[in-house]
Amino acid sequence: MGPVIELDRLVVRLGGRTILDGLSGALAGRAIGLLGPNGAGKSTLINTLLGFHPAASGAVRVFGADVREQKALRRLIGYMPESDAFISHMTGVRFVRYMAELAGLPPQAALERAHEAFFYVGLGEARYRKLGTYSLGMKQLAKLAQAIAHGPRLLLLDEPTNGLDPPARQRMIRLIREIRDAGQMHILISSHLLRDVEETCEEVVILREGRIAAHCDLETERRSNRKFVELETAGSATSFTTAVQGLGAECAFYPNGHGLARVKVVLPDEVEMRELFRLAAMHDVQIRRMNYRRDSLEDIFLAAMKEKGGAGGRP
Amino acid sequence: MAVHKRAYRPYEGPLTAERARFLVLPRYGLLELFESRLLTVFCVLCFVPILIAASAIYIAYSPAARALLEMSSAPDYVRKPDFFFAILTFQGGLAFLLTAWVAPVLISPDLVNGALPLYLSRPLTRVEYVLGKATVLLTLLSAITWAPMLVLFALEAGLAADGWGPANVRIAAAVCAGSWVWILVLTLLGLAISAWIRWRVVASGALAGVFFMGAAFGEMWREVLNTSWGRLTNLYYLVGLVWRSLFGLFTDRSVAQEMFNERGRDLPTWAAWAGLAAAVTLSVWVLERRLRAREVVS
Repeated sequence: MGPVIELDRLVVRLGGRTILDGLSGALAGRAIGLLGPNGAGKSTLINTLLGFHPAASGAVRVFGADVREQKALRRLIGYMPESDAFISHMTGVRFVRYMAELAGLPPQAALERAHEAFFYVGLGEARYRKLGTYSLGMKQLAKLAQAIAHGPRLLLLDEPTNGLDPPARQRMIRLIREIRDAGQMHILISSHLLRDVEETCEEVVILREGRIAAHCDLETERRSNRKFVELETAGSATSFTTAVQGLGAECAFYPNGHGLARVKVVLPDEVEMRELFRLAAMHDVQIRRMNYRRDSLEDIFLAAMKEKGGAGGRP
Repeated sequence: MAVHKRAYRPYEGPLTAERARFLVLPRYGLLELFESRLLTVFCVLCFVPILIAASAIYIAYSPAARALLEMSSAPDYVRKPDFFFAILTFQGGLAFLLTAWVAPVLISPDLVNGALPLYLSRPLTRVEYVLGKATVLLTLLSAITWAPMLVLFALEAGLAADGWGPANVRIAAAVCAGSWVWILVLTLLGLAISAWIRWRVVASGALAGVFFMGAAFGEMWREVLNTSWGRLTNLYYLVGLVWRSLFGLFTDRSVAQEMFNERGRDLPTWAAWAGLAAAVTLSVWVLERRLRAREVVS
């Protein structure tokens, strides 16, 4: 499968400022997360993908073609903007039908797809209500409906969970996962919420100050990341840590007095957690507390934010 | 399967022709407009002058009708260009009112609701967007100006049966060209104001202001400085000059002169064309500046 999005030394300047500064890379995942702090250039990249902003230099290609040069390519793209974008005096179904017709669907097919899209996002009962009367969560879902009604191959979601309460957010995340798992379209999700991206994406691009700070395959990262274990022990921590190191783990301990100690262990992937309990029993050490975690997207993100000068990515 | 149980499925059906896709905009636009009964009534009323003119033409050529109305002779004013000029002037005024009504609701709601990125993220360019929105006005204004006036011309030519039609083709051409000049100016100006001002009432007021304030300023300028050049801001006057030149009404004392040349200090026709061209250019510039999927703040 070829890349969905290709960035070739892409530079975008807006209002005299360089917003995207030499982005390069090929994104091919089914669900791609676009992360970065505010002002990192996430929305600008999406707008450039849509052809709204011209590249000052370099190029951006979607499915191998330049969006600005090939208007028809936009039929293959569904876009859910971050801010409110609808026509308030139209009913939901009419609005989605209108947008589907503009994407090239014949009126009858557009009407059918509008109904389907509304039911799909869970707004079937509200489809004849005017959009101006929708709640924020409903508006977000209506925006998603218009983005998918014409059957795009690439779905661009700009902060899809913005302003949603927890149940509505869960619903949106579930929908995005469903669309991803259906395998009919690629999804690019721009968000500053790491959890949203972690729950929906398999590939992540982290932007910082208009550059790619990290580009990684989340699944590979998860598999390769090390297991961190923090223990609170009572007993002979010295012999215990020596034994743990014998397993090939990195280990350090910090005595807390009264025979207590805090032990930090980085376990190799092939070592099972129960080995720690076995060694503790062998050395007559009590494990009173255990914290276990894997490297999360947050760690990757924070590492990317700390690194100087941007990066081509970790994988 | 119940529609709500369907999973997402891609669309694999036929697509509409790419070149005609912008016509979706006027179709939806016109349907929405005619949901207003008031507008429907106004549009119907716009045809009343046409019906009156058609009646006048019929009476002029029907001895029976004249006898019924106890008219001694056939009025010959219906055979002159002035007659069509007067109708065009009246319909042109109605076209302005219709534009002031319709234009503000064409673009500003899309800007207020932030819908422009949705339009432009589809296979639709900015030019096609403007063309689609303009087609709403072009259709409505055509329906009350050149289209019914050509019917009047055909009626007159058919009833005259003395070669009046072929001998006066210039009138038909003037009706078409004059109408289209005015329609173009009104449409672009209306769209530009709709793109510039987001509140409907204010936009309608602004459009009226462009015409009435422009006319008032022009007349004030003329009175104070004793020069007609101030009338360049009076678009209705400018289009009147253009219409007169198109109808060939410069030489004899005519309705046109009564209406537009009361002091014999008209601007040259080229200045009228230039004034209208400037208004069109300004409108296009405003549209170009305002209709962007994303605003860039420098």
